[in-house]
Amino acid sequence: MTKTAFVNARLLDPASGLDTLGVLIVEGEKITALGANVAPPAEASVIDCKGLCLAPGLVDMRVAVGEPGEEERETILSTSRSAAAGGITALAMLPNTIPVIDDIAGLEFVARRAREAKLVKIFAYGAVTRGAAGADLAEMGLLADAGAVGFTDGSSAIADALLMRRALSYARVFGKAIVQHPEEPRLAEGGQMNEGEIATRLGLAGIPRAAETIMLQRDLRLVELTGGRYHAAHLSTGEGVELIRQAKRAGLPVTCDTAPPYFALSESDVGEYRTFAKLSPPLRTDQDRREIIAGIADGTIDAIASDHVPQGQDAKRLPFAAAAPGVIGLETLLPVALELYHKGVIGLLDLLRRLTVAPADILGLPLGRLSVGAAADLVIFDLDRPWVIDAAQFRSKSKNSPFDARPVAGRATMTVVDGRIVHVSE
Amino acid sequence: MDQSQSIALPDGFVWTHRHMLGIEGLTAAEITAVLDLADGYVLQNRRVDKRSTELRGRTIMNLFFEDSTRTRTSFELAGKRLGGDVINMSVSTSSVKKGETLLDTALTLNAMNPDFLIVRHAESGAPKLLADKVNCSVINAGDGMHEHPTQALLDALSIRRRKGKLQGLIVAICGDILHSRVARSNIHLLGTMGARVRVVGPPTLIPSAIERMGVEVFTDMERGLRDVDIVMMLRLQSERMSGRFVPSVREYFRFYGLTPERLTAAKPDALIMHPGPMNRGVEIDSEVADDIGRSLILEQVEFGVAVRMACLRLLASTQANA
Repeated sequence: MTKTAFVNARLLDPASGLDTLGVLIVEGEKITALGANVAPPAEASVIDCKGLCLAPGLVDMRVAVGEPGEEERETILSTSRSAAAGGITALAMLPNTIPVIDDIAGLEFVARRAREAKLVKIFAYGAVTRGAAGADLAEMGLLADAGAVGFTDGSSAIADALLMRRALSYARVFGKAIVQHPEEPRLAEGGQMNEGEIATRLGLAGIPRAAETIMLQRDLRLVELTGGRYHAAHLSTGEGVELIRQAKRAGLPVTCDTAPPYFALSESDVGEYRTFAKLSPPLRTDQDRREIIAGIADGTIDAIASDHVPQGQDAKRLPFAAAAPGVIGLETLLPVALELYHKGVIGLLDLLRRLTVAPADILGLPLGRLSVGAAADLVIFDLDRPWVIDAAQFRSKSKNSPFDARPVAGRATMTVVDGRIVHVSE
Repeated sequence: MDQSQSIALPDGFVWTHRHMLGIEGLTAAEITAVLDLADGYVLQNRRVDKRSTELRGRTIMNLFFEDSTRTRTSFELAGKRLGGDVINMSVSTSSVKKGETLLDTALTLNAMNPDFLIVRHAESGAPKLLADKVNCSVINAGDGMHEHPTQALLDALSIRRRKGKLQGLIVAICGDILHSRVARSNIHLLGTMGARVRVVGPPTLIPSAIERMGVEVFTDMERGLRDVDIVMMLRLQSERMSGRFVPSVREYFRFYGLTPERLTAAKPDALIMHPGPMNRGVEIDSEVADDIGRSLILEQVEFGVAVRMACLRLLASTQANA
C-alpha cells in the first residue's frame, strides 16, 4: 500500500481542536498517523508542506449541479474539478436537476457519474416531494437507503404546512434532516432583490425580509410539534439568525448554514442592475450582513456552504428581472470564508469547523476530520497568500461569480481525496 | 459637426453624458440646461417652418418593446424637427423572447451605425443593459418601474413655464407610485431642483422606503393635497384595481380620485398634470381634466417634443466631441 507523509504541515483539526506543526501519514485511502511527534516511515513518499495549513478537506453542503438535464451550466465532472480546485473534498448536490432526484435511479446516476469523474466525493439530497413540486412526498425511505444525505426541495421552499409537518415526522424514522429554503413563496413572488430603498430606486420588485422569518417561524413551530430534524439553508437576514439562536436555546433539533455572499456582500452590490448580484434569497442590508457574521462567530450558524449555482451568460446577460438568480462559489468558498478569520471575527479552527466537520455531521457523514482511520480527504492551503480572484480561470463551466476581481488571502494549494491528489496549484 | 448651431449652449457649459438613462445623477445645472434649451425649441415648434439642422445626417432609432403611441411620436417629431433621420422599430413583446433577443436586437441595430437608440422596455434596467453594449447614445423612454427621464423633464418645463420656477413649489404626485417610473423620475428631478415633493396614494401602491428618496408620504388625499402648487396625477392601470392592489375602481375613485371638491384643499392657483393617457372617472374627474385654466395636460404633450429635442441636441454634442 502506498504511503505518503505530509511533513512540516500546520495540522488543523477542528473536531479535536488540534493545531500543531507536525506530520500526517496516509496509507492507501486512510489517515494512519498524525501529530507533532510522528516520524515519516522510511518507505513513504514525502510531501513537504513548508509550514502551510493542512486541514480536513472542505465539506460543501449546498451545491447545484446542471447534470442531469442542464449540462451546459455544469456537469458532475466540471463540478468535481471546480470543487477540487477550491479545496472541497465532499459535497452534497441539490436534487433540482432535470429530472429531479426523487427516486433511486437519480441517486444512482449521480453516484455513477461521480465514480467516473473520480475526483471529489459527491453526495445528493433526495427531494422531499415528487418532482420537488411541493405536493406529494417522495420515497424518502428508499432514498435514504440508497444514500440520500438529507431531504430538500432545494431551491423551492416547502410551502405547504401540512406537507412540511409530515416530512419532518417521516424523515425522523431515517435520521435525516429536512433542509428548507426558508422563503414564503407568495411574499417573494415576482421579487427581484431585497425590498427597500435600493429596490425602490431601481424600480425592481422587492422581497421583504419577512419572507424568510415567516417561513422560519412556521417551520420552527412544526419542529416543536414533530421533533423532526430541521436545517435552514442559506440564511440571509439578521432576524433569521436570531430565530435559530432562540430555537437552539430552546433545545430544538435545528441547524442552519449561510453562504459567502450573505456575509461578504449586501444589496448595494446590485449597483446598476448587476445580475451577478442576483441571488435567492436576495442579498440583504449591511446590517443583516453584520448579523450573519455574528451568527457565524457565535456558532448559531453551524455551517458555511458555497451555495454554488452555475448560470450561463444567456441566463445572466438580461434585464435584471429576467435574469436567473444564483452565483457560483466552489472556488471562492475558502478564500472568502477566510476573510472572517483575517478580520479577527472568528478563530481559524472555529471557521474550519463550519466548513468541514459541522456540515459533515449535519449530513451524517463520517468526514471532515483528521483522525487515525478517517478517510484521507485533505486540503493544504496557504493562509496568507494574497491573490485576486479571476473568474475566467475557474474550472466551473459557468463564470457567474460576484467575487471576480476581489483581492483575497488564502488559497488551496493541494487537495487530496481518499489519499489521491486531485488538485495541485502553485 | 460643423452645422449651424442654431441654438447655442450657454457659455462654458459642457454636457458630458453620452446617454440619458435617468434623472438620478443629473445636477440642477444640467437639468436647467435641458429646460433652457427646450424653451427655445418650444418657439421653434410653433413656427410654420419647424425644421432646423442640428441633427442633419444623424440616425435615430425608436426601439419600443412596449406599445406607446404618444411617446414614440413625440421622439419621432423631435428627431425630424432637428433634421435627423428617424426609424421606428416596433418590437412587440410577445414575439421577443425577453432579454436574450433584447441584446441581440440591439447589437444588430448597433451594427447599422445609428446615433441614437430611443428605448422603451417593460423591465427596469433594460436601457442600461443596452447602453453598456452599443456605441451610440441611448435615451431611456421608460423602463419598467425605474425611470422615464424625458417625461420628468417635460413636466418640469410645463411647470416652469407657468410658475416661473421649480424651487420651493409643493408638488403632490398622486396614485400608483409603486409601479410608476414617471413618479420616480419626477421625485429625482423635483427634489434636485428644490421643490418639496409629496407622494399620495393607497399604502398598497406606495413602495417601501420611498421616504428615503426625500419625499413626504400621504395616504389621505385631502391632507396630501393641502396647500400644494402642483397636483400630478398618475395613471392607474385597470388590472391593478380588481383586488390585487386596490379592491375596485369605484373604491379607488372614492378615496383617491381627483375631484373639484378635493382640489379645494390645494392652493387656489394649483395646476393639474397627468402623463396620460387618462382614465377619466378612475383617477381624475373630467371637470378637472378639462379645466383649461388649471390643467397642464395638453401643454405637457406639446413641450414633450421640445424637451426631447433638447435631449437629442445635448447628447449629440457629446457625439461630436467624441
